[in-house]
Amino acid sequence: MRDDAAFSDPQRERMIFVGRLFIGSLAILILTIVLLLRYFDLQVSRHEDFATQSNKNRVLVRPVAPPRGLIYDRNGLLLADNRPSYDLTIVPERSENIDSLIGALDNLISVSESDIQRFKQKLKRRRPFEQTILRTNLSETERAILAVNSHRLAGAEVSARLIRSYPFRELFAHSVGYMGRINERESRTIDALKYSGTVSIGKVGLEKFYESQLLGTVGSEQVETNARGRVMRVLEKTPSIAGDNLTLHLDSNLQRVGYEAFAGERGALVAIEIETGGILALVSAPSYDPNLFVNGISQKNYDGLLYSKDRPLFDRAIRGQYPPGSTIKPLFGLTALASKAISTNFTIQDDGFFYFPGIERPWRDHNSATGGHGAGVGLAKAIIESCDVYFYELGVRTGIDKLANYAVEFGLGHTTGIDLPGERPGIMPSRAWKRGARGQSWFNGDTINTSIGQGFMLTTPLQLAVMTARIASRGDVRTPRIVKAINGIDIGPDSEIGKIEIDDRYWDYVHKAMEDVVHSGRGTARSINTGLDYRIAGKTGTAQVISIDTDDKYDSSKLEKRQWDHALFVAYAPAENPKIAIGLIVENGEHGGLSAAPIARAVFDAYMQSRAQPTVVSR
Amino acid sequence: MHRYDFVRQLNSPGGDRKRSRAMHVDTPLLLLLLALCGIGLTVLYSASGESIFYVKRQATFMLFGLIVMIAFAQLKPRFWERWSLFIYTAGLLSLVLVLFFGVGAKGAQRWLDFGVTRFQPSELMKLAVPLMVSAYLSNRYLPPSFKHILAATLATMLPVFLVAHQPDLGTSVIIFSSGFFAIFLAGLGKRYLISTGLLVIAAIPILWFYVLLDYQKQRVLTLLSPEQDKLGAGWNIIQSTTAIGSGGWNGKGWTEGSQSQLNFLPESHTDFIIAVLAEEFGLMGVMTLMLVYLLVIARCMFIAINAQTMFSRLVAGTIGLTFFVYIFVNMGMVSGILPVVGAPLPFISYGGSAIVTLFIGFGILMAISTEPKRI
Repeated sequence: MRDDAAFSDPQRERMIFVGRLFIGSLAILILTIVLLLRYFDLQVSRHEDFATQSNKNRVLVRPVAPPRGLIYDRNGLLLADNRPSYDLTIVPERSENIDSLIGALDNLISVSESDIQRFKQKLKRRRPFEQTILRTNLSETERAILAVNSHRLAGAEVSARLIRSYPFRELFAHSVGYMGRINERESRTIDALKYSGTVSIGKVGLEKFYESQLLGTVGSEQVETNARGRVMRVLEKTPSIAGDNLTLHLDSNLQRVGYEAFAGERGALVAIEIETGGILALVSAPSYDPNLFVNGISQKNYDGLLYSKDRPLFDRAIRGQYPPGSTIKPLFGLTALASKAISTNFTIQDDGFFYFPGIERPWRDHNSATGGHGAGVGLAKAIIESCDVYFYELGVRTGIDKLANYAVEFGLGHTTGIDLPGERPGIMPSRAWKRGARGQSWFNGDTINTSIGQGFMLTTPLQLAVMTARIASRGDVRTPRIVKAINGIDIGPDSEIGKIEIDDRYWDYVHKAMEDVVHSGRGTARSINTGLDYRIAGKTGTAQVISIDTDDKYDSSKLEKRQWDHALFVAYAPAENPKIAIGLIVENGEHGGLSAAPIARAVFDAYMQSRAQPTVVSR
Repeated sequence: MHRYDFVRQLNSPGGDRKRSRAMHVDTPLLLLLLALCGIGLTVLYSASGESIFYVKRQATFMLFGLIVMIAFAQLKPRFWERWSLFIYTAGLLSLVLVLFFGVGAKGAQRWLDFGVTRFQPSELMKLAVPLMVSAYLSNRYLPPSFKHILAATLATMLPVFLVAHQPDLGTSVIIFSSGFFAIFLAGLGKRYLISTGLLVIAAIPILWFYVLLDYQKQRVLTLLSPEQDKLGAGWNIIQSTTAIGSGGWNGKGWTEGSQSQLNFLPESHTDFIIAVLAEEFGLMGVMTLMLVYLLVIARCMFIAINAQTMFSRLVAGTIGLTFFVYIFVNMGMVSGILPVVGAPLPFISYGGSAIVTLFIGFGILMAISTEPKRI
């Protein structure tokens, strides 16, 4: 056995190695001959066959991009359209000299230095006989000039393609979204076949969420080329199939009224059709023009939007998370009644401060400076006049578990499931949440803060609207939806219809209190009831932007406007037969009743008016 | 380097002329590789649709590879022998990491992403396996005993399976060959050779039914009858054989190949680039390239026979033989006698990491060829 040998034998080892190397070389020689015989067979013996085959091989299959589905509002107005855009393209193989061709083109129509630079960049990475764009968006005159001179512009061509356009500009930017060029990351995840011939993809909003429906099915055409690859004729065509058209719940009129009512203020508004959960208006102010993105936005324009202090690109309606403040009070009132923590007869004495046993510093009422809301404050009065001390007491009696459980049923603390990408969940604090997020246990002080919608609690304007719709409908759970119909076929009410069971007496009680917020003499939103010929039920709210010490008094005149409180308002109308619910916020608007409620009133007015005289749409 | 060597050098400045030579470079090998690079860039220009962009990028990779090669040629073979276990272990660990955290494209998971750069452990394994197996066997009595063959086989098959699982059949074939050649050159007995052959035949049905994925089976079926699936998997083979066949003796001329230029040929600048060469330069072009390849391999054999240690011999011989496997697998699959696996044609196909690996391999060869003679 070799293992037992005491010495190795280098000479013998080397001989074995050389012998093996010889066998290896022999194998290489044989396999090389096999390879060369194969190539000889293909290239010499069967050359004639393959040469013929190659000559016939001039039929190319080219993709035909489908027209993208259109997007309409509920009245049939076009929100996203396809319009032709004319580009000047060059195929270098067909021109004698590219530089002189560009020079000639520049004499006829203007070609900027940056156009030429971008063109030369693209030229380096193209496939042979591929059209490379020199200029986009040719005007009609420019096209005419090029057509007249085409005989001396060999290699240059005008080609048309469909691009997206948004006729309402900034009005629907946050709901419809926009398209843009497919970037590298996207190109790795999409199905290359489906997107052959398409250069754009939905980037945000519905354009992104419904990308697969809007895209359509790519077609193809077989074309015959000459030996240099130029298309001679089309042999066969499989037409593309246009993408699905979307009809939205959105109402352009309400959207415009809502957007304009913000009048330069920052904020967001969501209006929901209570019966269906359909979104009638989704406003995030300020907004931006989505058309800027379609043909590639310039860096300067993009930086302007991105770094603006007002953050126009940010969709406050579904991504903005704010403390709900007092708008949460009707919900927590219902919760306390339904879980028998209080009765409708329960009253307290409010001197402006709330003391919790064992804690020295009191919680303040918002009007503690004027001595609170006085004696005999019941739930109705606490909602109508927004009494904080009452709700501190209510919160402690009900307990965070009940408050959180009901809030979740009303749509808070989790995404609502709207058909838009990027919705944020907000926060409905609970014992489990605090342990998970902060690693701390729950304190009574947390419950007290939460009971007036402050502390950890955060909601989006969309969630506030959903909550209000569920209150107004006596507990009908509807997932909010933007798209109403696809290709004219109604999607119908969503499958997940639930019902929150609460005694009718309590619904009646809270509804009445919310109506009195607007219609009674002491209601916090009474300023909007002048001249109303229908009834609104609502609740105002104020959310602190900076924390104010118990001993200090909030005084807006001493603060920058960006540190002023946010103003909130939730409401539905008509009060006796609710049709539409609204949740809205005005950033740094100070007081819900004065700055937020009038915006809701404007939208309600527009809605009631359109119901009185239904618009006839000729389509 | 032993400290002792270093001291000896200091004491006798003119003593060892060969060692103190400024550069360790094997000139014939260098010239042959430069010739291959030249052919590669010429064909790539045409295959990429006359794109200077691709040619510049590829030339940059080649330049980088050349520098790395010459740098590695300055290390002593002894260095590789010492570090082989470490390199191998590191490579194996990163292959396991790829299994869990790898990123990739087209369904294969091959890369480790470090943010700034990406790293493909299977490329490292192409060199780590022959180094490791050679180092292991050269320190045992040869021809190797059954126990040592078993250990060397295990060291080879572990990375082969991990890479095949990614899936990257082309690379796993290369890794398998390099390990096998090292064992074979060390003196694998005839008995083992025959029984391995039988084992492989017996393993085919198992591979077919349990290991190969559907698309891989499809490629084998396509090889047997490409006409069955004209627009699917068979398309590549039909188009590449048409390109090769229509080239004839002398070819259609540089950048004049209609198959390649009109986009009928898929992957024309990467795995299928030999079809472009065959179409535009004909059988003469194919034979010229083959000749240069064979000269490179011959030079490897020469270096192997004259190497100073068993380790150097095994490494040089293995790299030479494995280099042929690259060529055979690629030219075989493009001409339709082997199933399509992802395998580039060395120095001709576009692609950076494969080229750098090749150059490192030849850097080790140059280190072996310039190792000072022992008396």
